[in-house]
Amino acid sequence: MKAPGRPLFLARRSYRRRRLVDAMRLLPLLGLFLFWLPLLWAPATTTEPDTAAGGFYLFTAWAVLIVLAFLLTHRLGDQPQPGDDAEGASGPREDEGGG
Amino acid sequence: MVPFDILVAVCLAYVCILFLVAFVAERRAERGKAGWLRSPIVYTLSLSIYCTAWTFYGAVGYAARSGLEFVTIYLGPTLVLIGWWAFLRKLVRIGQAHRVTSIADLISARYGKSNLLGVVVTLIAVVGATPYIALQLQSVTLSFGVFASGTPEGWALPDQSATALWVAGGLTLFTILFGTRNLDANERHHGVVMAIALEAVVKLVALLAVGIFTVWGLSGGWQGVAERIAASPIAELPLVPGRWMGLTFVSAAAFVTLPRMFQVMVVENSDERHLATASWAFPLYLFLMSLFVLPIAAVGLARMPAGANPDLFVLTLPLAEGQGKLAMLAFLGGFSSATSMVIVAAIALATMVSNHVVTPLWLSLRAGGARAPGDVRGLVLMSRRVSIAGILALGYIYYSLSGGSAALASIGLISFVGVAQILPAMIGGIFWRGATGKGAMAGLLTGFSVWLYSLYLPSFGDSGLISPHILADGPWGIGWLRPHALFGIERLDPLLHALFWSVALNAFGFVAVSLASFPGPVERMQGLAYVNVFDDDPGARAWSRGGAETEDLLTMAQGIIGATEAQAFFEAEARRQGVAGYLPDASPDFINRLERRLAGAVGSATAHAMVAQFAEGAAVSAQDLMAVASEAQQILEYSTQLEAKSEELARTARQLSEANDKLRDLSVQKDAFLSQISHELRTPMTSIRAFSEILMDPELPAQMAAHYAGVIQEEAVRLTRLLDDLLDLSVLENRKVQLSIRAENLHDLIDRALRSASNTRAERVFVIHRDQATEHVPVITDTDRLVQVFINLISNARKYCDAERPELTIAVRRRGARLTVDFIDNGSGIPKKSQSLIFEKFSRLTDTQRAGGAGLGLAICREILVNLGGTIHYLPGQGGAAFRVSLPLRPQSAGATAAGDRETA
Repeated sequence: MKAPGRPLFLARRSYRRRRLVDAMRLLPLLGLFLFWLPLLWAPATTTEPDTAAGGFYLFTAWAVLIVLAFLLTHRLGDQPQPGDDAEGASGPREDEGGG
Repeated sequence: MVPFDILVAVCLAYVCILFLVAFVAERRAERGKAGWLRSPIVYTLSLSIYCTAWTFYGAVGYAARSGLEFVTIYLGPTLVLIGWWAFLRKLVRIGQAHRVTSIADLISARYGKSNLLGVVVTLIAVVGATPYIALQLQSVTLSFGVFASGTPEGWALPDQSATALWVAGGLTLFTILFGTRNLDANERHHGVVMAIALEAVVKLVALLAVGIFTVWGLSGGWQGVAERIAASPIAELPLVPGRWMGLTFVSAAAFVTLPRMFQVMVVENSDERHLATASWAFPLYLFLMSLFVLPIAAVGLARMPAGANPDLFVLTLPLAEGQGKLAMLAFLGGFSSATSMVIVAAIALATMVSNHVVTPLWLSLRAGGARAPGDVRGLVLMSRRVSIAGILALGYIYYSLSGGSAALASIGLISFVGVAQILPAMIGGIFWRGATGKGAMAGLLTGFSVWLYSLYLPSFGDSGLISPHILADGPWGIGWLRPHALFGIERLDPLLHALFWSVALNAFGFVAVSLASFPGPVERMQGLAYVNVFDDDPGARAWSRGGAETEDLLTMAQGIIGATEAQAFFEAEARRQGVAGYLPDASPDFINRLERRLAGAVGSATAHAMVAQFAEGAAVSAQDLMAVASEAQQILEYSTQLEAKSEELARTARQLSEANDKLRDLSVQKDAFLSQISHELRTPMTSIRAFSEILMDPELPAQMAAHYAGVIQEEAVRLTRLLDDLLDLSVLENRKVQLSIRAENLHDLIDRALRSASNTRAERVFVIHRDQATEHVPVITDTDRLVQVFINLISNARKYCDAERPELTIAVRRRGARLTVDFIDNGSGIPKKSQSLIFEKFSRLTDTQRAGGAGLGLAICREILVNLGGTIHYLPGQGGAAFRVSLPLRPQSAGATAAGDRETA
């Protein structure tokens, strides 16, 4: 049910903020993808020793995720939030409503 | 090589520093200077208790055995934290909104405040944490052994169990000292958090130092390390997809369900925004902790003798290379990891045990039930202390039984799978309104039993609780019930097998029973409040109407959260309702908030049960829920506005009617007084007139004349006294009084007042209770006036206290720059309807109990205190008449001799 009085489209600023939140929710999925990717290499079947390379890959992916999380939370903190947390929370609530 | 004695000395010094840091942090927090104690960095560092000795020593051992797989243990938490917005934020918000005290409390409160669920979760947590604590004791003991034996290979300390016992004892002491200072689990343990933040830094620095030494000191940079790895037995990467995915999952699950993680992440959290910092800072911490694990493992495998325990490479590698100081630092790092985990785990588990097992048990066993709670605080604190000791003792016993046999990593993983059983009930509870308590119970019990049977009990080894025969052939020879091959699935390794079956059956049982069962009203409401925690107004309450006597509630609350706290809470609530004094109306809102406040101390289930004793019949029913729901549908759009407005109106109306009642009562009283004062003035006047007429008779004998003159003088004195009182009052009321400010010891003032007041009804013997030590406080005020107030209160007690063996308690307390003095007798007190009137002029409670005076005493007291910048209140719920005088320790503005200045300025 759509509550009457809620705007159909959002101003640019709130729109950006919501997409930022979307990105933050998707980040763990990206992480899962990166962390489970080595499973597809089927490393045991190759003759090359690959622990060092695998370690290098994993730690790089890890670092990338940390940097992304840092950037996203800082962008979110910089965004002028009207009101306090309650306002910020009203966006995601709409999506969770179906649960 | 570091001598063993020096090691012990350094260790003790380090522990002393921890005590000091914890102590200083507690003191700063007490003085309200929390400041950076609550910074996001400290919060992030406190999360590092995830990295126990298992990480510090065990990760290298794990890497030496299985290569890169160790990293999954840290990838899971990383994923949870970078996804904080979706899950952790909600968890923390719920934790704060409902004053959750532990993970058991979270589950029990969500599913209808059912204490049984709390007990089950507590049981799982204790059983799961025991091997983990044993693991910490084992690692500290082993690392001591490395230094004691002198050779890196032989790490057998002759007296291992004695070392473990000493460590366990020391940790118990520290945890009890700093973990059970305040009862409210919802308040932060500043000292403990600060100490573990320091330990977090120590262990990170130590591991990085050993890593840097290994990479640049022993291998010549990353290139060299890569070559070493390629040449080592772990060069090949035997990625087992099932284990890789399963371990990532179980570490993520354990990260949110481990009681100690829940404690630092949710309970000790002071600001939701700290999560934003932790979302990248804590993964960074884990990243740094894991960065050098593989190099240390590879170099250790290459350089150490064949038999060396890889679990101790972090320690033995620097030692073997002659780096005594580095080894010492590594030792401290490992020591920090172990101690911080044990401390927080013991606090978290003790809170659960005392809130969900001991307190409910004690309340149900006692004759009066919750009706006469007395002082519960002492009981709860004591049970927490005993629980802490008990939990550490369990850990020690497990350590002795298992003989420190298994490798570090496997013990940790067994615990992880155990606590992961809480995950389905937790996630379902905060995202799915349809989750029910029966479902949660079914899921938890199923998962817990499968875990016990297929993983925990077999972990004790062949000599343990499951015989080798059962392991090989199943119980009674039933093949598909073999602990390591349930339903005939044989190819999984035991850990993954147990994880798969326990979590799968758990989730299945949870969902299936939830779908089939029907939740109770409280459960449905809690479900709504949890799932929609980001909505401001949950829309429904646990109490449909008031009905409890507020005074009873106050008495109960004082027994749980302490007199000062309870009175402050009730006063604030009364102010919020626009009522003066300490007794707010028992509105559903108020009872709800009170319950939540109590839940912060004893857990939601107990708090609910205790409040229910007083508000019987007021608990919400299914019909109420339906009514709320349908109404809410209709007025959804306007409800918030209307509610705010109507609340405002109701408050104003209440204030108005209160004022009106007061005015009417006053006018009645005033009329009564006028006639009375005329009467009182007239009686002495009449006798004065009559006797003076007689005196005019010149033939009167001198003796008679003297007698009559005496009568006239007596009556005149009485008149003067009455007029003096009236005059005094009017001066005070107009704020024109001249105060003579002086500094004096409060103790002397009370002495003086007691002496003067002893003339009143001198035949009564009073027992006076005083705490002399607290009374020695210098006060700068008009001390004569203050003594006048004290005399008045004490004389009142002497006059009106109707107890057979009258007692008077005088309690002094400092609250910041203010001072309160309570005068409490053990009589029958003042009925509620009169409490607001006694400070008015001319009010007397009973005409029959006239004991002189015109009913001006308390009115004068009140005016004096207003002039001194203080207040006087009637204090309900103290088991007798109780008055609280509150005044500033020094005049509020410099040079203000009279409060009148303050009023007119």
